[in-house]
Amino acid sequence: MPQVTLTVNGKQHTVEVEGRTLLVELLREKLRLTGTHVGCDPSQCGACVVHVNGDSVKSCTTLAVMCEGAQVTTIEGLAAPDGTLHPMQEAFREYHALQCGFCTPGMVMSAVDLVRKNPQGLSEKEIREGLEGNLCRCTGYHNIVKAIAAAQEVMHGRRASLAAAAE
Amino acid sequence: MNVVTPFEGIGARVKRKEDLRFLSGRGQYTDDINRPGQTYAFILRSPHAHARIAGIDTSRAAAMPGVVGVFTSADLAGIGGLPCGWQIHNKDGTPMAEPKHPVLAEGKVRHVGDPVAVVVAETRAQARDAAEAITVDYEVLPAVASMAAALAPGAPLVHEGVPGNICYDWHIGDAAAVEAAFARAAHRVTFETTNNRLVPNAMEPRCAVGEYDAATGEHTLYTTSQNPHVIRLLMGAFVLNIPEAKLRVVAPDVGGGFGSKIYHYAEEAIVTWAAARLGRPVKWTADRTEAFMSDAHGRDHVTRAELALDAEGRFLALKVSTRANMGAYLSTFAPCVPTYLYATLLAGVYTTPAIYAEVKAVFTNTVPVDAYRGAGRPEATFLLERLVDVAARQCGFDRVELRRKNFIRPEQFPYQTPVALQYDSGNYHATLDQALAAADWAGFEARRAEAKARGRLRGIGPSTYIEACGIAPSAVVGSLGARAGLYEVGTIRVHPTGSVTVLTGAHSHGQGHETTFAQLVADKLGVPIAKVEVVHGDTAKVPFGMGTYGSRSLAVGGSAMDRAMDKIIAKGKKIAAHLMEASVEDIEFERGIFRVAGTDKAKSLAEISLAAYVPHNYPIEELEPGLEETAFYDPKNFTYPGGCHVAEVEIEPETGRVHLVNFTAVDDVGRVINPMIVEGQVQGGVAQGVGQALLEGCVYDEEGQLLSGSMLDYAMPRADDLAPVSVATHTTLCTHNPLGVKGCGEVGAIGAPPAVINAVVDALRDWGVTHIEMPATPQKIWSIIQGRTR
Amino acid sequence: MYDFAYHKPATLADAVKLLAADPDAKAISGGHTLIPALKLRLNRPSALVDLSGIAEMKGIRREGDALVIGALARHVEVAENAEVKAAIPALAYLAAHIGDVQVRNRGTIGGSLANNDPAADYPAAVLGLGATLHTSKRKIAADDFFLGMFTTALEPDEILVAVSFPIPERAGYAKMKNPASRYVMAGAFVSKGPMGVRVAINGAGPCVFRQAAMEAALAANWSPEAVAAIKQDPEGLNSDIHGSAEYRAHLVTVMAKRAVAAAG
Repeated sequence: MPQVTLTVNGKQHTVEVEGRTLLVELLREKLRLTGTHVGCDPSQCGACVVHVNGDSVKSCTTLAVMCEGAQVTTIEGLAAPDGTLHPMQEAFREYHALQCGFCTPGMVMSAVDLVRKNPQGLSEKEIREGLEGNLCRCTGYHNIVKAIAAAQEVMHGRRASLAAAAE
Repeated sequence: MNVVTPFEGIGARVKRKEDLRFLSGRGQYTDDINRPGQTYAFILRSPHAHARIAGIDTSRAAAMPGVVGVFTSADLAGIGGLPCGWQIHNKDGTPMAEPKHPVLAEGKVRHVGDPVAVVVAETRAQARDAAEAITVDYEVLPAVASMAAALAPGAPLVHEGVPGNICYDWHIGDAAAVEAAFARAAHRVTFETTNNRLVPNAMEPRCAVGEYDAATGEHTLYTTSQNPHVIRLLMGAFVLNIPEAKLRVVAPDVGGGFGSKIYHYAEEAIVTWAAARLGRPVKWTADRTEAFMSDAHGRDHVTRAELALDAEGRFLALKVSTRANMGAYLSTFAPCVPTYLYATLLAGVYTTPAIYAEVKAVFTNTVPVDAYRGAGRPEATFLLERLVDVAARQCGFDRVELRRKNFIRPEQFPYQTPVALQYDSGNYHATLDQALAAADWAGFEARRAEAKARGRLRGIGPSTYIEACGIAPSAVVGSLGARAGLYEVGTIRVHPTGSVTVLTGAHSHGQGHETTFAQLVADKLGVPIAKVEVVHGDTAKVPFGMGTYGSRSLAVGGSAMDRAMDKIIAKGKKIAAHLMEASVEDIEFERGIFRVAGTDKAKSLAEISLAAYVPHNYPIEELEPGLEETAFYDPKNFTYPGGCHVAEVEIEPETGRVHLVNFTAVDDVGRVINPMIVEGQVQGGVAQGVGQALLEGCVYDEEGQLLSGSMLDYAMPRADDLAPVSVATHTTLCTHNPLGVKGCGEVGAIGAPPAVINAVVDALRDWGVTHIEMPATPQKIWSIIQGRTR
Repeated sequence: MYDFAYHKPATLADAVKLLAADPDAKAISGGHTLIPALKLRLNRPSALVDLSGIAEMKGIRREGDALVIGALARHVEVAENAEVKAAIPALAYLAAHIGDVQVRNRGTIGGSLANNDPAADYPAAVLGLGATLHTSKRKIAADDFFLGMFTTALEPDEILVAVSFPIPERAGYAKMKNPASRYVMAGAFVSKGPMGVRVAINGAGPCVFRQAAMEAALAANWSPEAVAAIKQDPEGLNSDIHGSAEYRAHLVTVMAKRAVAAAG
């Protein structure tokens, strides 16, 4: 059985997998990191989004064997080691950008990548387009868009806090 | 002392208590649960819409690697069918047709996705591999994939014992009065429409884990359910014959429901039964494609309506004839949706004096249809609110003025409609005026002209809706065919040091009950929400409950909590009177403090609860120790949220693509506990309503194959399909529940669709377009405006 | 998914050898077309040959009057590459609008072209610019590469290595997306340059194709109005619940018009 060695949330793991094992299966079933969810099969919903080598990817459409040596960050690894929430997590709470919470891990991971890659700042329209790969059935996206708009101000250091970003 | 800041009580915009676990990946959804020794089930489903099963050979599958069991209906002897929870009677008084809904197909499959066999194996992949080795000998039969096909003379029968494929033929209202009114009407307006079939698509696919403890004989089912007690009742009593005391049902964090997780599904019974049979836990998790063919669908009505008006535009009578698709079997609450949740809403917000509606429920070779967010009320609202726009256009009235003229006026409440319901409160003029102002209705023509200069067609549409929530007095629903009571249960457990655990029979799957229910406690008992834990979703912890659907959690579940808190206060007063040597009548209670009226003598709730649990100085002869109370609350009536939604759209005439540009909602949801959560509920409901109007539609071909069977074909609303949704409230209080609340979970899905379609039709008004069916896809709009000229 | 063996060769030669030795093996790079198909058990390869470690298939560079893009270039890399943006902005635009962010982070140009999904974006650019496809065996002109739905001129043991795009004077791309999948329902890539005037239509038919009447009209008069009156024959076009052949035919004209307008 093939083995794959990868670093997840800063910790290295060597895991036995099948060729067909998906990254999301490795995370959920082998490492018991169940924060990453599966919401569809044809790579549409984005509930499974994690970061691989700094890019957001759909872990349901990535083979575990193709992640040899990869640096993976999941929702469990986004907050600071002391538990302080990432500004994006904070913003989702502040703006009520989650309801049932199922799409939330993927949505947050996508949002973090989107904001990181766009230091110039994103308009409301650009945020909406940037979320094309993530479905949410609860919120209507309204508050998700607001949360991301606020979080980008903090992530890029333009505002000291979400409260300041709201002004 | 537990003195709460006023910001946490009723009306406070507090952040949600549940968010931290969801945001950090620590939610616990059913598929996150893994039990020692767990196996995995894969369900082999019918690829045919209608076929006789001549034989099933599972021998090859049983020998495949990792397989621990392969089961078909032959193995389930003695197991009951999935029960239906509501019985409708025909016009002639006879009961509806109620064919058996087997857990696994018995001799025949009746829709694509009908479960045929189950394979249990060490891994999910092994179970699926082995399922492919099962040989099913199908004799394919002609299918009826639409109601038109099912009702055609000589149509194939979905169930041999159900002639004409008619489940029931029901009616409500006064046909004679309606005919008389039509005879003297100045205007008669006819409108026909199809309310499109939808797939709920909660983001979490359904999942069930069964476990059996041979030592105690206790069965446990972890399931993605909106109502674990109801599942325990239905599955235990009707399917598997397990007494409640030996069956625990846990619905942990649930990733959205929207109705689709109310029902008792075959997979729940399968894993529970198989776990006992195999002596190992069994998990089944749907993949999304499987969900499309196994979760109950929603809507799917075909309706013809006629409205009679007098010369001034007053509505005289409404006549409605609806066919409602039940799918292949009756899902748990399916029969009540197109009857008591639809036809009883046909008065809408209007004073139409005479209404007659008849509803024919039809079996087809499609996935069962049941309540989906709004359930019946979206269908009624779409019909009425389109009909009013059509009537205004046809008869030359202004569509806003026509609504105003026919509104039930504020002083007419309580208002008895001609279709059974009695509305307790509302102010439709106020919500309309507020919404028109917020949407800048008056400035629309300028925006339309500006859009035209850009080559876009702009339209605006109103929808003034009412709905019925908080289902409902048990005696009333019982007389209408419900086979369950519809009360709710709340327990308030004040701990010795004054913190509180709430046990509620309502279930939160996105609604934020852990926060809003804690706010009720903060408001009434003065306990900070950080010290209030809300427990739900586990029949081993919560005494009983009917669950969450129909926007009932606060109106019914919150009211039960309120009643339980009344009991806590009453008992606390007795303890306080004893401790402060006063008479009970002199004790006042406010926000956590028991006070002797007119004195500065006071005790906090924590002091009282400590005395209750450490009853050294205690009226032990008259009062039991402890401070825990339970209330069952049976509502006196439905609640009636209402309001006005205004949609504004732009259409690209070249492609037919509709862009939603503005959406304004002004809703009367009764007293608002947490405005942040109410706004979120409305925004989410509106998104689903816009989805129904513009994107979503479940399509079967003539053979009963599901053409929109995955997210590649079924258009789910994405962030860039939607626009910001402006939400405001205008409150009139519910008059019959202690909190004055009405419900907010479904108003968006109810109010939005006709607002959007009214806007789309308005955008195309110069083309002579009078109606567009949902979803108003680019192709549909293009083909309608093809060949037409302005 | 059925199980399969997994190989990750370091060189093109090794990859070719693996594919030649096993007719049931399949190549994979980003996997964003293949993995969904595998999950639905639509095909059953014995082995996957992961091309992502092959250095000679990487990189984006300008070579004289052409832009050469390695087959392993991910969509995001093409979208953000300064050379691409400067030389063929329409190509960067196209890449920036494939699928969603996550698809663009993993999906590759080579994978998209070798798969030749009728609803994919890249085939329109390759045909619309008259690119040359460099494989492990030979060079193939765009006009000879796309043979039909999910079918190309590539042989089973032949690997697409790079694509050479002649730099046009002007080019533009426009598409209408399927409301559900967001794949292309009808798209048009237009260009004028060393390869003449070209109009490639994707999404509408079973395979990307050139629209000769529009090319002739644009050759005579490069303007959106020149194609506005040219109707596409719906015969043979795709038809599904989101777009009939007639609707797609109509969209072909609309998208061609928009593409020309975008090209300037």
